[in-house]
Amino acid sequence: MRLKTIARKLIPYGAITPLALIVLVAYVGTVLWSIKISLTSSRSLPTDTFVGMTQYAKLFENERWLLSIENLAIYSVLFIVASMVIGFLLAAFIDQKVKAEGVLRTVFLYPYAMSFVATGLVWQWMLTPGIGIENAVRQWGFPNFEFDWIIDQDKVIYTIVIATVWQTSGLVMAMMLAGLRGIDQEIWKATRLDGIPAWRVYLSIILPMMAPTLATVFLLLSTAAIKLFDSVVAMTQGGPGTASEVPAKFIMDHLFGRANIALASAGAVMLLVPVVALLAPYMYARMHARSNARSHATSAVNKKEVPLNKVSRGAT
Amino acid sequence: MQRTAIISIPQPRSKRRRGGSRVARIGLYAFLISAALFFLLPLYIMLVTSFKSMDEIRLGQLFALPSTWSLDAWFAAWSSACTGVSCEGIRGGFTNSIAIVVPSTIIPIMLGALNGYALSFWRPRGANILFGVLMVGAFIPVQVMIFPLVRLLAAVDLYSSLPGIVIVHTIFSMPMMTLLFRNYYSSIPHELFQAARIDGGGFWRILFQLVLPMSAPIIVVAAIMQVTGVWNDYLLGLVFAGRENLPMTVQLNNVINTTTGTREYNVNMAATILTSLVPLVLYFVSGRWFVRGITAGAVK
Repeated sequence: MRLKTIARKLIPYGAITPLALIVLVAYVGTVLWSIKISLTSSRSLPTDTFVGMTQYAKLFENERWLLSIENLAIYSVLFIVASMVIGFLLAAFIDQKVKAEGVLRTVFLYPYAMSFVATGLVWQWMLTPGIGIENAVRQWGFPNFEFDWIIDQDKVIYTIVIATVWQTSGLVMAMMLAGLRGIDQEIWKATRLDGIPAWRVYLSIILPMMAPTLATVFLLLSTAAIKLFDSVVAMTQGGPGTASEVPAKFIMDHLFGRANIALASAGAVMLLVPVVALLAPYMYARMHARSNARSHATSAVNKKEVPLNKVSRGAT
Repeated sequence: MQRTAIISIPQPRSKRRRGGSRVARIGLYAFLISAALFFLLPLYIMLVTSFKSMDEIRLGQLFALPSTWSLDAWFAAWSSACTGVSCEGIRGGFTNSIAIVVPSTIIPIMLGALNGYALSFWRPRGANILFGVLMVGAFIPVQVMIFPLVRLLAAVDLYSSLPGIVIVHTIFSMPMMTLLFRNYYSSIPHELFQAARIDGGGFWRILFQLVLPMSAPIIVVAAIMQVTGVWNDYLLGLVFAGRENLPMTVQLNNVINTTTGTREYNVNMAATILTSLVPLVLYFVSGRWFVRGITAGAVK
């Protein structure tokens, strides 16, 4: 009888064992392992010869890495700003009681249903000078039209911005629209009575009220930017030359192509830095908001929790 | 992240009309329509190109409709285009993708439902810490985890195999699946659960007879997310699936970036559409469910 109750109490623990294994081995374990490898002199196989921060020093002497960081910085700023501005504009315009709202939303969002490889390949083709948009516009009677960014070392990174903004801004629109619809209608009525122009209302009232939505979208876009890989492979394979190299691709190349896993791991660990820098204030703000909400909440919430414990204790 | 992540778009309220003047309305529609055309442009070009012959494509009229419509490129993409060394089209990738997607949808959903249920109703000690770490883990760039996972799977002889890639997809989808189900279950009134406990229901019985039957909507959302996410994956398939199981996305990239021979753009575009067909159909058919799923999944 006692054994049975103990066994029964252990069932929930048993049920979350897969979760515990995944968290401890696949998430915590792999990160620690990557950090450890980044401190060794491993080449194609992991070794235990520790060399301190040597790999990090090498990394920041590596021109390809430096270029990839620079690209990521340019890309992230442009990608995040453009996606947020376009996504917000689309949402604000769609929110004006337009006809065929459903159709428009479907059109703006469908690129997100496709894989980054597929959309990258389409854009690669449309941007290829001899045969794509450039050529088509020339045939329309603008023989001097030039649009060859994808083969231009200085401009290639912008083509990746164009393609990925096209892919992602529909999603941003969807999230912004949800944020806009969550705003109290009384505010619009009040501003109309005061005769404030719509654009001012958006800038000074609506956007600040949407801060949580904006923060979520920002976090989402910035982590997506850090992970940028598929689109680059599909569109340019890092080229021309190494002009569109990005950190995620640098890491993959050194892991599997160039058999330098220690250097690659050092690069991977460096990718954690911006993630932590972004996540920490976000989590802090979230927790802060939640504890505020909790202290303001009525006792109803507590009532709900206490009897539950009693019931489960009483039943066993 | 939790609450705002899972959203569906509310319908517009009636009695709302802003930007009153006629000119403003025309400007509004001009903006929306030109934006819509820009968003549709790549799809249009993909479609018309896939029906053209290579001779016509060489003329360079990207936007023109095909003068003669032909399905040849579609057949070639499906069954004879070259992916690297072999020339059997991307149909093999299609079956590989299916073989990967089915278990990579079922297993993570089962685990996610189990985790969410245990977390929101039973609350075993330490589970919330695990959940917190998992949520932070969702933001770790995959590159940090990839090599250790390769070594781990190689150690148990599952690297480059179908079970290997399924395990990897399960690992990477665990944060989102657990979050989805946990949030869904915490919206179910706890009185129901308490009543079931008083009636003597155990852990599994309450799960199977009470909680799962109420979970249909969230299972649909989770399934849409998983099918889309796993189908569209490129990186994990490339690294973990092994040559025998390469998913459609990897084969597609091989078809198009194979450097030998002339580039057959019509075949390439047909192959791209074929690869995108499953998630696109899912998107157009499931509509709002899909939006719920990807806006939730976007946090990944």
